[in-house]
Amino acid sequence: MPMLQPPPAKYGGRHTVTLIPGDGIGPELLNHVREVFRFSCVPVDFEVVHVNSALETEEDINNAITAIRRNGVALKGEQPLFLCASQTDTSLDLYANVMHCQSLPGVQTRHQNIDIMIIRENTEGEYSSLEHENVPGVVESLKIITRNNSLRIAEYAFRLAREKGRRRVTAVHKANIMKLGDGLFLQCCREVASGYPDITFDSMIVDNTTMQLVSKPQQFDVMVMPNLYGNVVSNVCAGLVGGPGLVPGANYGRDYAVFETATRNTGKSIADKNIANPTAMLLAGCMMLDHLKLHDHASSIRNAIFTTMNENRLHTADIGGQGTTSEVVQSVMRIIQSKGQLTAEF
Amino acid sequence: MAGKAWRSAILNLLGKLGLSINGKDKIKPQEVSRVVSAFKNATPQSRTFTQGMQTVTLIPGDGIGPEISVAVMKIFEAAKAPIQWEERNVTAIKGPGGKWMIPPDAKESMDKNKIGLKGPLKTPIAAGHPSMNLLLRKTFDLYANVRPCVSIEGYKTPYTDVNLVTIRENTEGEYSGIEHVIVDGVVQSIKLITEQASQRIAEYAFEYARNNQRASVTAVHKANIMRMSDGLFLRKCREAAEKHRDVKFTEMYLDTVCLNMVQDPTQFDVLVMPNLYGDILSDLCAGLIGGLGVTPSGNIGANGVAIFESVHGTAPDIAGKDMANPTALLLSAVMMLRHMGLHGHAKKIEAACFDTIRDEKVRTQDLGGNSKCSEFTDAICQRVRDMD
Repeated sequence: MPMLQPPPAKYGGRHTVTLIPGDGIGPELLNHVREVFRFSCVPVDFEVVHVNSALETEEDINNAITAIRRNGVALKGEQPLFLCASQTDTSLDLYANVMHCQSLPGVQTRHQNIDIMIIRENTEGEYSSLEHENVPGVVESLKIITRNNSLRIAEYAFRLAREKGRRRVTAVHKANIMKLGDGLFLQCCREVASGYPDITFDSMIVDNTTMQLVSKPQQFDVMVMPNLYGNVVSNVCAGLVGGPGLVPGANYGRDYAVFETATRNTGKSIADKNIANPTAMLLAGCMMLDHLKLHDHASSIRNAIFTTMNENRLHTADIGGQGTTSEVVQSVMRIIQSKGQLTAEF
Repeated sequence: MAGKAWRSAILNLLGKLGLSINGKDKIKPQEVSRVVSAFKNATPQSRTFTQGMQTVTLIPGDGIGPEISVAVMKIFEAAKAPIQWEERNVTAIKGPGGKWMIPPDAKESMDKNKIGLKGPLKTPIAAGHPSMNLLLRKTFDLYANVRPCVSIEGYKTPYTDVNLVTIRENTEGEYSGIEHVIVDGVVQSIKLITEQASQRIAEYAFEYARNNQRASVTAVHKANIMRMSDGLFLRKCREAAEKHRDVKFTEMYLDTVCLNMVQDPTQFDVLVMPNLYGDILSDLCAGLIGGLGVTPSGNIGANGVAIFESVHGTAPDIAGKDMANPTALLLSAVMMLRHMGLHGHAKKIEAACFDTIRDEKVRTQDLGGNSKCSEFTDAICQRVRDMD
């Protein structure tokens, strides 16, 4: 399988990335990301593509997808209707949705020391959108599991685990009930696991998994699963580490990568009030910088964010504080500057 | 009485009950007994209410099943609950025609009593027959699985003040069992949502909320992705909401529920959902209050049948060693008492159980103590007797 290559730097060492602001808190938070990038002299230029969900047309949608194809990398806010996961992910074949849930030391939660990577198959499963009503009052919805996609996602999971030095991969399934579908998924995971003897492989049924997550989440390392369970487990884990404002997410395909907040909430009710938590979006930006191999920039911004999180008075409302979005962003920039790196005017 | 007068007397009596016999002119004894037993089944209350005692079918189950059932029976006796137990075994047998079924005496007992209490059943892997739970579900059309999740004071978990109920549609959805291999390497599983089943579960959810003084019902779905199937489910919930204006109705996406549930479970009241989401969420909620060892569960079926059960496993490693924790089965039995309207006894037994756990002096191993099952049971019995 070809290695994931970032797109070549466009000109003069600067990358171009597609930016899709989306709705709700998306535009506000993405502006902050640009602010921080500009301040830290990150060599990334953004090509902004608007898809107004109120007026979206087929053309708009195609433009956005083309822009992502052109640049290979995108950073986006959430759209309620279009660019809804299933559509973009399938047309760009962004088959792996990756979420890294880590307990942040400065944030108060019921459970500590959580460090879970969740890899979710992003193109098939229950979200195939194949439904029909053959008889009135009886609806059938098809869940498709294929050998190819299952092998692909399992391969991705094990490779990532090895790359990041993780010890254990757990496959989440319901193969005792969906014997053929999830059975196939599990079998594929086992096959791939045999090629990685240095990594322990086990499996767990999805209902037991959620029960274990709320009582002992520290037992999990890397988890791989089909689409729907991925949705459930991602959201449970995001909630466990402190909520949707803290966790970034990434969607990887063979040729493209799209970064966003992990739990895809539009946050319409808190938009433009300077109370949203910029952490998730900023961390998504850092994931993108790592993908572009701009590791130094990624680390410096990330460390500044974690240091900021240690200050209770800078916590936003969603994690129990009273700080504003701009206070958090200012603090991040101040910390970056204090480390003596090259920065723009404040 | 002379033949004709006897015949017409019977016909009159049956006519009053809305029953009739074929071939009216020649009444055979078998026909009469068949109709009279039908008459018996049509009015269960009057028959089971001998001396105020109600008969309940008890299925002890496997592994630790028998010992926790004994514990529950002891506690009920100490509480002087008006319950008579009829023990039955439900190991699958092959009926005529080669179809697997539950033993006829078990079925007859359940049909007669309508209420059952069940311990854990083991599902043997290569026995060739489907799981016993599935068989019971199909036999009695147990369409609603109800799990009240209430934080147990005295058993600390990271979550406090949990007080919600999950109501899960239990007959269709993703567990229809319909799967095909389309071509080699491509499998299709069918999720079935029908108008009838969705309506039935939605109605039940609102009835339950009403009967148990719950303020709101939330439908959990993914209709933004599964537009037709979850869309149908949601529509039926909305319709049922219209008919029960006194109960508040909200809708929430499955992922949002998961996200919010682990941050603040107190915002949820009654949740109603299709099969798969229900499976996941009900176990998640059980995890919030302490796991399957302390969670009660009830299955409601058609024709007034209700089977209450503990949902934990058979724990073969501790079976017969007097180490088991009867809390889950006991709380399910309490749920059963409430279902039967015996609220006084339910309250008494529940309070005794919670007090004993809170007291921390006699706790079974799984709750962090080192008492025996019998000691725990006796402690509860003592408290119950002291309450009188």
